[in-house]
Amino acid sequence: MRFSRIAAIVLRQYYLVRGSPSRILPMFVWVAIDIVLWGFITKYLTVISGTGFHFVPALLGAVLLWDFLTRVMQGITMAFFEDVWSRNFLNVFASPISVPEYLAGLVVTSICTSSLGLVMMVTVATFAFGLSFFAYGAMLAPFLFVLFLSGIALGILGTAIVLRLGPAAEWFVWPIPAVLSPFVGVFYPLSTLPKWMRMISRVLPPSYVFEGMRSVVAGHRVPAHTLATGFGLAVLAILLACWFFVRVYRYAVETGLIARYSAESVS
Amino acid sequence: MPSLHANVLSISNLCKSYGEMTAVDDVSFQVKPNEIVGLLGPNGAGKTTTINMVLGVLKPSSGAIAIQGVDISRQRSRALSNTNFAAVYAPLPGNLTVEQNLRVFGMIYAVAKLSHRVEELLRQFDLVRFRHTKCGVLSSGEQTRVCLAKAMLNRPQLLLLDEPTASLDPSTAREIRTNIRDFVASGTGGVLWTSHNMYEVQEVCDRVLFLSRGKILLEGNPNTLPQEYGKTSLEELFITVAREPLTLEQN
Repeated sequence: MRFSRIAAIVLRQYYLVRGSPSRILPMFVWVAIDIVLWGFITKYLTVISGTGFHFVPALLGAVLLWDFLTRVMQGITMAFFEDVWSRNFLNVFASPISVPEYLAGLVVTSICTSSLGLVMMVTVATFAFGLSFFAYGAMLAPFLFVLFLSGIALGILGTAIVLRLGPAAEWFVWPIPAVLSPFVGVFYPLSTLPKWMRMISRVLPPSYVFEGMRSVVAGHRVPAHTLATGFGLAVLAILLACWFFVRVYRYAVETGLIARYSAESVS
Repeated sequence: MPSLHANVLSISNLCKSYGEMTAVDDVSFQVKPNEIVGLLGPNGAGKTTTINMVLGVLKPSSGAIAIQGVDISRQRSRALSNTNFAAVYAPLPGNLTVEQNLRVFGMIYAVAKLSHRVEELLRQFDLVRFRHTKCGVLSSGEQTRVCLAKAMLNRPQLLLLDEPTASLDPSTAREIRTNIRDFVASGTGGVLWTSHNMYEVQEVCDRVLFLSRGKILLEGNPNTLPQEYGKTSLEELFITVAREPLTLEQN
């Protein structure tokens, strides 16, 4: 892998973001709106429940963590869509850049953009609604790391779907986090779910993070094997997503889809 | 390591089929150092399919492609480091400026002393005044010059040009031809050039290959080939290839 090729993908995204309010604002505005909305909902629930349950770290923290995963995924897909929208595939894929270098470039881009979103979310949640990350203690880092890996896997999966099905397939990609959220128990314990949904939850790494987060908020310890399972599944998900992307890429090279990408199909 | 005197491009028995349809049928040819080879033929003859296979964005059904002796199917990245291309159907991203595009692609091609090289190309292709202009707002001729500047970034050993002067005025087209001839004369690179402008082909190319229905039909010097087949001009020969390829196959 050549560092300069990975850096080129990041630099391209930097140039695009730097001069474009329509790219900068979504990185901050949507996450801030989400935190504000859920911040007030948690405040209201705290008042009416009167149970002493910690809604702020349980609900607002969950929203923040889920938004982080979503931003990581979108960081990858957005950088990829720039090549789709500018019809740049031929220039990129007819160059010496390899698939791992290209994907690494998308991942580094996503780290940069999702970090900015995370800073904004944490700032609003802390100063406007008193969310303290000390509530999660030392578990915050592994929680974020597993979600980060899961976001990377979803991002790569999303790009592979669009590479295979054409530009219009981006509409399959945007709702992926929304489709997954009921299964991973962002807002409720997995025990709330029916059995068939719990079976799906077990293979989704974020499920382990949100279950762990609720344990911490309730004052319990998170079993090490729970996080280890989440981490292992997240790594597996990345490997599977990369395998899927490479398969789709090879199909695109075999059929000529890359050279005629705007046609969406070569049949 | 490839030999310094190896062919810049070697294509052997190249085939590409889509189901029953054969787009490229057992094509073999070479491009030597300091040589400009014209790949000619009517629309749908297989020129762009051949170029796409050389660029690694289309997998051949069979056959081999080597750039500077490096097999593209085995060492894609290394082979393409010595290659670059410009094509009318592959403009650079319109939402980046000329300089930004050259920097990004310079990094992808791992160009040494990139800032210096970008300045050199901006001057060479008369793009200095457009350095901060987004490519999307340039005229088609100016965009073609940016694409050619990008194609020269890594001083490629193999330069693929798919109708590079198609949208240029005659004066700019002549400058571009001069630039490309200078590029070939000054180094050890070779060029594979497609064009429908037969005057241009005669002026620039050392050798031409006529492709029809995926096969190489004729090969030779563009200045003597028409007479060899009883035609008065390269354009007349082209029209014959397009309309009556069988008469030439029989010859």
